[in-house]
Amino acid sequence: MPRYAMVIDERRCIGCMACIAACKAENEVPPGSFRTRVRETVEGKFPYLRMEIRSELCNHCDNPPCVYNCPTQASYKDEETGMVLLAKEKCVGCKACVAACPYDARYVNHEKGVVDKCTFCSHRVAKGETTACVTTCVGGSRVFGDLDDPKSLVSQLLALHPAETLLASAGTEPRVFYIRRSGKPK
Amino acid sequence: MALSRRQFLQISGATAAGWAMASVCPNWGLLRAAEQAGATARIVPTYCEMCFWKCGVLAKVIDGTVVKLEGNPVHPHCRGRLCGRGNGGIGLLYDPDRLKAPLIRTGERGDGKYREASWEEALAYVADKMQVIAAKYGPESLALFTHGSGTSHFYPLMRAFGTENVAMPSFAQCRGPRVAAYDLTTGIDIGSPERLDMPNSKVVVLLGSHLGENMHSSQVQDFTQAIDNGATIIVVDPRFSTAAGKADHWLPIRPGTDMALILAWIHLVLKNGWYDKDYVERYTTGFEDIRDSFDAYTPEWAAAETDLRPDVIRETGRIIARNAPAVALHPGRHVTWDGNDVQRERAIIILQALLGTWGRKGGIFLPSPAKLPPLPGGKAFPKPKRKPLNRGDFPFAGGEGVTNAVRASTLSGEPYPIKGWFVSGTNLLATLPNPEETRQAIRNLDLLVAVDVMPTDTVVHADVILPECTYLERHDAIAQLRGRELALAIRQPAVEPLYNTKPAWWIARSLANKLGLGDYFPWEHYAEKLEEDCLVWDVDFEELKQKGVIVFPGSAAPYITATNPPRFKTESGKLQLYSEELELEDFAPVPEYVQNPQPKNGEFRLIYGRSPVHTFSRTVNNPVLTELFAENEVWLNAGVAEEMGLKSGALVRLVNQDDVLSDPVRVKVTERIRTDCVYLVHGFGAKSKRLNRAFGRGVSDQDLITRYAVDPIAGTTGMRVNFVKIRKEA
Repeated sequence: MPRYAMVIDERRCIGCMACIAACKAENEVPPGSFRTRVRETVEGKFPYLRMEIRSELCNHCDNPPCVYNCPTQASYKDEETGMVLLAKEKCVGCKACVAACPYDARYVNHEKGVVDKCTFCSHRVAKGETTACVTTCVGGSRVFGDLDDPKSLVSQLLALHPAETLLASAGTEPRVFYIRRSGKPK
Repeated sequence: MALSRRQFLQISGATAAGWAMASVCPNWGLLRAAEQAGATARIVPTYCEMCFWKCGVLAKVIDGTVVKLEGNPVHPHCRGRLCGRGNGGIGLLYDPDRLKAPLIRTGERGDGKYREASWEEALAYVADKMQVIAAKYGPESLALFTHGSGTSHFYPLMRAFGTENVAMPSFAQCRGPRVAAYDLTTGIDIGSPERLDMPNSKVVVLLGSHLGENMHSSQVQDFTQAIDNGATIIVVDPRFSTAAGKADHWLPIRPGTDMALILAWIHLVLKNGWYDKDYVERYTTGFEDIRDSFDAYTPEWAAAETDLRPDVIRETGRIIARNAPAVALHPGRHVTWDGNDVQRERAIIILQALLGTWGRKGGIFLPSPAKLPPLPGGKAFPKPKRKPLNRGDFPFAGGEGVTNAVRASTLSGEPYPIKGWFVSGTNLLATLPNPEETRQAIRNLDLLVAVDVMPTDTVVHADVILPECTYLERHDAIAQLRGRELALAIRQPAVEPLYNTKPAWWIARSLANKLGLGDYFPWEHYAEKLEEDCLVWDVDFEELKQKGVIVFPGSAAPYITATNPPRFKTESGKLQLYSEELELEDFAPVPEYVQNPQPKNGEFRLIYGRSPVHTFSRTVNNPVLTELFAENEVWLNAGVAEEMGLKSGALVRLVNQDDVLSDPVRVKVTERIRTDCVYLVHGFGAKSKRLNRAFGRGVSDQDLITRYAVDPIAGTTGMRVNFVKIRKEA
């Protein structure tokens, strides 16, 4: 059974936002809402500056507060894939999950009256494709795959480079991993 | 406006009113419903024109609607990965503000009053005016400004009509200095994509090139691969660009002094004997004539010019030399900076040559030697009676023509009057420096025809507007891609043209027929010509249509070997370090330093660049892309902002040295820029009210570029020579 995860190599992220455009087209994300975003932070004083560019999305946590806080069990952790998904027919739009998510990964689709979020493009993955954002990622920063497959690119990257998760101290056990520096000897 | 999806789908295409408010990507519902009903998507391969990199696109079409665009994995320019703009092509296709029918002007030029016309009437009007101009002034008095795939249709039309006065801003407002410099030095262009072997480079040097923000898919892929490989990245930019954020060495150079840095690097390479002696001996000429020319350009001298530390200049020079030839020294793309641009590009090429990078792994790879059989020429064009004026008096202007020379002749009537402009796919008012000159030139015209998809500022000055369908709705010429390998790519419609729009080939051919020039377009439908071209090239047209791109395997010969020497197309057959051609025309045969003026107290040099989700002014109304980047801001150094009492988001106006005042623009207070310059993303501040999203959004850098420094060698316009003050808005 696959254990899907995403690795985001920040060194390769160029902040081009192709991932956002592809995600929105693929997933009918309403205007003003986003399932993924690109965060750019700059530290320091001119000319001693350091920049971090990082794309963010649902972390598909193994310990997902959104799922625990959903009163209708609309939010669930898919047993087969490990994806955190949403059964929209069960969602009443109460926003408990929106409040519970420490990553601001969810939004309300006001037209439909339900919450929505990144699905790791489960509909594409089910067909053997990869996610829309990974498919288009120009920098090759985003990689999707199976943690249980040692040959997968995600496994290889995590074996080679040190990786972090966002808000690790929150205990959410994210399945999105960030590479900030190379593990390769220079 | 609240619409149910069902209602929305019913009205989309019929009326645009709901579009601006409703979702711009309405297609997923359609896709899902259709897929659930068992419909399968049709995939149509074509190539993109959201910019001019020509990436391969796979358009997913359900029920006559394009629902998704993805990169074509076998296309060498994108390798399956489209940028934000490429993904946003749907936003162009379904932009409710598109031109929808031929329009004939009823008011004054620029006031936006038009009436709809039939194609018959609009084309007859244009043909009639063209013939009147030809009868009164001669056919040479008609000029074509063009950018992109329309060129292959309107260029033959103009030549058949009897004028060679064609000009593309891609030369004089962009790559021109580079083209001229390579032509003079190697005889071979660096190409587009630039043939930089970044995935194999140990060092990548960017001089003002903000790769990443300047988004060209395969090039950015190569750049991030270089980063991943651990290449040393050196970025020279007065602004802490995204690329600078990836750099090991960011050199925040004083704007307008890049030449000093390059000369100092050459100085170091020569002085320390770091040049590739064998390479220089074998493949170059003029070394003895140039070797002493750089003596004065010491790092200490350059430090004073560039505001960089001499030890940084030395250290980066050493890194570059030590890693040669695996050094990708990027010559830049938009290189019309200060009017001494051909010489600066020459200096870069000389450095590339001294380090032996041309034709070497990790440097600049060689073009594919593969050749296609030539296409039959067709009917010969008439020879114009008067010499073309589209290269001005510039001895090394390129074949793409000099837009500003044509504009100057339109203004002066010298050497002969230009009375008609045919403008295809370029927004001249946002492209040429000093837009007021462009407006004045337009006043001198008897005919201004615009062919475009969107009602840009220039389009709404036209007498006749001919609405072209988007690249997703038309055929265009087969793209000949010359990267490592030779490849061919097809542009074919994913869907039928929306509204009453037509492909450029149809417009050109129909006009030709009206003008009695139909012989030059000897086919009914452009697809016939593509098929004939494929027959000549011995390429399976059906396969090309199906795959979108055909790569010729084994057609790459990227590096110099004993049997694969570099074939420089110069008189000497070698790379010409010393340029006798320049000398003959009284230009410096070896690049020299020319000091540029610097801003006075309270002034800032206006520099400009790109957002990764926009292409010039072409995309500023795109509903998908404006959501990602809606308007530009003026970048201002944080320390300066504090002194001025300005915070991020404050509204200011910029006033330039000629007292041109900008519209209000928000300040972005940032540590990411020097204190002596301000930065704008180019292309914003649209004045066309027909662009509902773009109108009044941000400011136009072009309006503030009233001064420009024309490079006497190639006629290109240096545009980073304007100074602005910041005026607070009450």
